[in-house]
Amino acid sequence: MKDLTEEAQTDRKAWMGLMAKAPAEALLSAFDAAGLAQDFTWLRVPETGGVMVRGRAGATGAAFNLGEMTVTRCALKLADGRVGHAVVQGRDRRKAEVAALCDALMQGVEAGAVRAAVLDPLAAAAAKRSGTRAAKAAATKVDFFTMVRGE
Amino acid sequence: METRMLEGGFADAPVGSAHAFRAAMQAMARPGRIEAIRGGSGPAPLSEAAATLLLTLCDPETPVHLAGAHDTDDIRGWITFHTGAPLVGAGAAVFALGTWEALAPLDRFAIGTPEYPDRSATLIVEMADLTPAGATLRGPGIRETAQLSLPEEMAFARNAALFPLGLDFFFTCGRSLAALPRTTKVS
Repeated sequence: MKDLTEEAQTDRKAWMGLMAKAPAEALLSAFDAAGLAQDFTWLRVPETGGVMVRGRAGATGAAFNLGEMTVTRCALKLADGRVGHAVVQGRDRRKAEVAALCDALMQGVEAGAVRAAVLDPLAAAAAKRSGTRAAKAAATKVDFFTMVRGE
Repeated sequence: METRMLEGGFADAPVGSAHAFRAAMQAMARPGRIEAIRGGSGPAPLSEAAATLLLTLCDPETPVHLAGAHDTDDIRGWITFHTGAPLVGAGAAVFALGTWEALAPLDRFAIGTPEYPDRSATLIVEMADLTPAGATLRGPGIRETAQLSLPEEMAFARNAALFPLGLDFFFTCGRSLAALPRTTKVS
């Protein structure tokens, strides 16, 4: 494994996670519109399976199985040797292929183009989605005031 | 380059592994027959037959032991990426890979228990050559006798005496595969 700096590893985790959770149509349309497609060879043809998502109650509670999630994973190699891996939610093989292509392109000169065309719009959409949900939940929040505030 | 570990899987996994499994099954069912097996390729010194066998038979529930010259970082990485099999010491292995000299002594490997004789190790022995000449084989799956260029005879005779416990063997050389189950008598 290439020695990645901490920062580079966190970056890579961030974009892989972003693409994994993004809706397939958004990822595919952004990628196709950007015209970044390249030739590649498969290292691992997309295959679908399940992973067990584990949770932990609180920070120190016992771990438990939250539930199974369907994922599709693949790995590919570009002509210049860059390797891209992807594990995405769902059964969409094309989504896994595009995510792996983006992962590979992010490791080279096309990083800026991929970030602008694919990752930033996806991140913005994800932030908007969670922002809307948080606002809806905040509207239901009730503040309790006590006569004697003990803190 | 790390890509050495990532390459070499089946081009078409369902079809490739089905062909490979059939070859392994035929080799084990008719001891002495040399089957052709191909599809996988791993880092040196892994032969194509051994690589294909590992891809077909190993998964996260089959610990693998690498012996001698086969215990390299490249091969470990290759097995981990393509099969997910854990890499363990000899006693815990379900599959063990190496040359005959590296796998000796054979008593390190599990031979099963009377209740579960299948909880034994299967040894994948990488050979310099594999020809239908040498030791004589008799037993289930063999009409009369068969000949196979085994590395020695004593060890297999001792193994057959342990029946129903014991080890099972695959022999690989290039793209050729032969097998010896524990039921075969070697002389």
